[in-house]
Amino acid sequence: MKAAFTIAGLVVLATLPWWLDNPYILHVLIVTGIFIIAAISLNLLLGYAGQLSLGHVAFFGIGAYASSLVSLGFDISLLTLKPKPVWMAMLAGIAAAGLCGWLIGRIAFKVRGAYFVIVSISFVEVVRLVAVNWVELTQGPMALNNIPPLSLLGISFLKKPSNYWLVLTVAVISYVLVKRLVQSKAGRAMVALAENEPLARSVGVDVTRTLVLATVVSAAMAGAAGALYAHYIRIVDPDVFLFIYTVTMVIMVVTGGKGTLAGPIIGGLIFGLLPEGLRAFSIKPEIQWIIYGVLMLAVVYFLPAGIVPALKRRLRWLS
Amino acid sequence: MALLAVNNLSVRFGGLLAIESLSLEVREGEVLSLIGPNGAGKTTAFNAISGYLRPTGGEVFFKDKNIVGRNTNDIAALGLVRTFQKTSVFPNRSALENILIGLHLTSKQSPFAIMLALPSVARDERLLAAEAERILDFVNLQNKKDELAGALPYGEQRLLEVAIALAAKPKLLLLDEPVSGMNPSETASFMAKLAEIRALGITILLVEHDMKMVMGVSDRVVCLSQGRIIANGTPAEIQSNPEVIRAYLGERHKRVVS
Ligand SMILES: Nc1ncnc2c1ncn2[C@@H]1O[C@H](COP(=O)(O)OP(=O)(O)OP(=O)(O)O)[C@@H](O)[C@H]1O
Ligand SMILES: [Mg+2]
Repeated sequence: MKAAFTIAGLVVLATLPWWLDNPYILHVLIVTGIFIIAAISLNLLLGYAGQLSLGHVAFFGIGAYASSLVSLGFDISLLTLKPKPVWMAMLAGIAAAGLCGWLIGRIAFKVRGAYFVIVSISFVEVVRLVAVNWVELTQGPMALNNIPPLSLLGISFLKKPSNYWLVLTVAVISYVLVKRLVQSKAGRAMVALAENEPLARSVGVDVTRTLVLATVVSAAMAGAAGALYAHYIRIVDPDVFLFIYTVTMVIMVVTGGKGTLAGPIIGGLIFGLLPEGLRAFSIKPEIQWIIYGVLMLAVVYFLPAGIVPALKRRLRWLS
Repeated sequence: MALLAVNNLSVRFGGLLAIESLSLEVREGEVLSLIGPNGAGKTTAFNAISGYLRPTGGEVFFKDKNIVGRNTNDIAALGLVRTFQKTSVFPNRSALENILIGLHLTSKQSPFAIMLALPSVARDERLLAAEAERILDFVNLQNKKDELAGALPYGEQRLLEVAIALAAKPKLLLLDEPVSGMNPSETASFMAKLAEIRALGITILLVEHDMKMVMGVSDRVVCLSQGRIIANGTPAEIQSNPEVIRAYLGERHKRVVS
């Protein structure tokens, strides 16, 4: 039953570009999909390991910048790099983000709770300042332009449908990775730490290892989202580090249901597509924001655990 | 041979000397009880032994290794596992998942194997699930396996805690007031369970206020008062020890006054 739903859903999603020949909607879906990947990655850290990282966009931005720079090549006083194929650049972006995740994970072990929130916010700010000021490398506010699209096995990911499929594939992979992790020893250790750390330690859960694993995987995944974004939009500037993007990811995870697999997808679809949906009805931007805000408050107020847990409860109640 | 040897352990909280050069030995296979009035330092001793706080001085040898300064999880991996005085479970997880978390050290799964979904992981998960069911059976919670731990009645949560600790395969189990809050019949059945645990070859260091239980299950009893050992002997010796009686009466007297 559940498997049938999943397959049907995937078929609809995979064939979408064929029966929905609207570049604008496809664009909205691509960007939403990229945000959903970021939300899935945040969910591992926030929903399962219980660490509120308000700097999650840093990993996204690092993935975007690192991938762009490797694909464009650069020539700074210390180091010269010839342009590399985009797939290699994307892997570099993922690795760079993962490495930063490792660093933050080590720090998270020392500072927990409110302090971790502050560390994570400061981290984004530092990275953003680097992106603004290291003009020789990043072009600063002038942005990195003409970022090449991915081309792999003779396919160029220049058009919208191919990008759509690429994002869908990465989203499915991210989902599956998180699912495997949380349904295993590693995920149980994360949940245990989030729910009762002293008890988790008493049965042998290693706090550092567990948190580092969560942050590395989460950061690498957010980096992949950033890399996808960079090679799709093909321009990256320091605004990728804006706080509002982290907030958007957090909203997606929290409203969808943190610590549930489907949560970031449902939350991501709603809050990713909503602004565009409202715009389609030519509702004024101010009103759009009010609707967005009210909806968010309503979800958090009436369904504090999120939409997915509430739906599950309703389904169980029905059957 | 002493499985656990505590030498001159001291713990100071600011001006308060919570434990003052405590020395004791737990021999393999025995049940040793640590008793004493409220605030005597029993829980603090547990915290210092199991790596939750760093003692101000002294040594703790477990299996002849000095474990002072080691992380709690490493101490657990050596086979020293403790439970908590206040009820402590993973409240939003089912009873079965609580035990699965307890099986953390038994489980052999590398992050890469997990992400690649290697067959070894699925095999391990099946073994763990079977083992978790066995452990739930052992504490008679098999019919509660899908219930959220936080929703279980108090007595069953206390049993679940012990089951989580057992899942970590201890050689030495430190129990901090496991029957506090249980009714007499639950306490009686817990005493029987303790005998079964002991029969599994697990050595037990018990902190408990329920004197009937202490006298019923212990091989030896150590009495602590204001951070120092004031008596040490068989249950019968402890029961008639004037120092012990004074410590407890003094405590009761204080309670009446305040
Ligand atoms: N983290 C701490 N900081 C400061 N003082 C503490 C701390 N933990 C315990 N104490 C103090 O140390 C003394 C010993 O406390 P402990 O909890 O070890 O007593 P106990 O013997 O377990 O008592 P009870 O039977 O009530 O559980 C008490 O005076 C207590 O107030
Ligand atoms: Mg205590």
